[in-house]
Amino acid sequence: MSASRTAPGQMSDARLVGHQLRYDLLLILRDPQSRFFTIVLPLIFLVLLTSLFGNHTHFISGHAIKNSTYYVPGISTLGIIATSFVNLVITITGQRENGVLKRRRSTPVPAWVLIASRALTSAILAVVLVAVIVVIGRIAYGVHIPSSTLPAFALGVVIGAAAFCCLAFAAASFIRNEDSAQPIIQAVILPLYFISGVFVPKDQLSSTLKDIASVFPVSHLNDALFKAFDPATTGSGIAGTHLLIVVAWGAAGLIIALWRFSWSPQSS
Amino acid sequence: MIGTGGAVGEAVIEVSGLRMSYDGIEAVRGIDLRVSRGEIFTFLGPNGAGKTTTVEILEGHRRRTDGEVRVLGVDPEHADRWWRSQVGVVLQSSRVEPQLTVRECLELYAGYYPAPRSVQEVIELVGLKKRSEVRCGQLSGGQQRRVDVALALIGDPELVFLDEPTTGFDPSARRSAWEMIDGLRRLGKTVFLTTHYMDEAEALADRIVVIKAGTLVAEGTPATLGGRDHAPYQISFSLPRGVAITELPSGLGHARVLDGSSKVVIESAEVMPALQTLSAWAIQRGYEVSDLLVRRPALEDVYLGLTESSK
Repeated sequence: MSASRTAPGQMSDARLVGHQLRYDLLLILRDPQSRFFTIVLPLIFLVLLTSLFGNHTHFISGHAIKNSTYYVPGISTLGIIATSFVNLVITITGQRENGVLKRRRSTPVPAWVLIASRALTSAILAVVLVAVIVVIGRIAYGVHIPSSTLPAFALGVVIGAAAFCCLAFAAASFIRNEDSAQPIIQAVILPLYFISGVFVPKDQLSSTLKDIASVFPVSHLNDALFKAFDPATTGSGIAGTHLLIVVAWGAAGLIIALWRFSWSPQSS
Repeated sequence: MIGTGGAVGEAVIEVSGLRMSYDGIEAVRGIDLRVSRGEIFTFLGPNGAGKTTTVEILEGHRRRTDGEVRVLGVDPEHADRWWRSQVGVVLQSSRVEPQLTVRECLELYAGYYPAPRSVQEVIELVGLKKRSEVRCGQLSGGQQRRVDVALALIGDPELVFLDEPTTGFDPSARRSAWEMIDGLRRLGKTVFLTTHYMDEAEALADRIVVIKAGTLVAEGTPATLGGRDHAPYQISFSLPRGVAITELPSGLGHARVLDGSSKVVIESAEVMPALQTLSAWAIQRGYEVSDLLVRRPALEDVYLGLTESSK
């Protein structure tokens, strides 16, 4: 019905996603808070953590890993989550509470176009940010980028970004107002960074903390990305089980988002 | 198909027996409405009377409990893309994307529609020509509201919902918004306006409907609402210095002092004989009667009478 009534002047839906994407990117890049927390802060963490521990080595699964080699995949995990999850939850909660989402739903633009565009925006930022992290690691700290496992690393980045986008749409549906989005999300994600090997290498964590972390997707994404940088890895470097657990979390997020996601303000 | 270029007078909105309950409490208790093409239809009512609930049902943002609703011939609960392209909405409270300029914001929304109006034209229509390159976050409240209105018009809709569009406007911004809304009528658009400013309703409305506690209590034009056209005239004036109200000629009927002032009001069905009696009395005694005013009850008086009585 809708297709037959769409006038010939209408952009195709695929072009409409591109149209929306341009503005969604502009919205983030022009927002000082998004710029700092999503793009600059992960880079600060990379420089800070590699400098703090110097040329320290960590023992992971019985072999020594150079400090900077450990933190490039670790901060990549943080970068993916900062763009696809933290920033996404905060922006969609804000846009929902400000009535922006409701107004967009009053126009003929299909809901899926808006969701696809916003998720793609996060994914693009995640990929660019991870690329910058890897390049800084290579140039500043001489981190070896193993060409044989690079496809596995890229796969991990894409799966991680997609899964955390789904989780973001689910999480936003539980947050009632704009002001509480930032503290709630940070309260959830910061402890997970610490127990999942993002900030503190796993060889320094107790087994209890590691067990708790293994329930959540942060640790598994971190393990999957680390595997690609681990000099001991042989073969393609695809961490099947870890990625499957991340996918499962993403799928659960998607189901919850489909069930609960709202376009109208929740606080009145 | 009801689409562009339909006849004036044809129904654009038809509502019968509309009901809406939240948790067993009825916010809308069976209302009937008919809005014709090309009119500015004004929906008045106190806060909590069911105004916004009704508007949200008509806009397709809320599912009703019961009743028949047709907007542009379609049930808004089954709105498709064509329908959404024909309906412009100014929500009661919504912010515009603060990081985009006025022009970028309009270009974004223009892309959603099959046949949008020119961005420049709409910017000029809402009076934001000088601010078009400013980011929306830096605009004043009234200017942001104009962007809201611009976004509702960019798709060149047949029907525009304006939910309290001038709240927070200064008087001159209000005037220009009225001119703009009046311009929509000249373009043959249908406007569904909710407001709580009586002067706004009086300036714009072709027809007014008043809702109170979920039921419609009155319908009419600004001149006829609530029997305003049959209500007695009110003749008011200031009493000459040192003259008591009891000294007025008896032929004037009942006179009362207006609250907290030296003004006197007389209600009369026939203005000329009353004025003749008054002026004969004043001339004879050499009094000056100042601030003389003859009018029907103000729309606000009628509205307050309709919505406050038997509360």
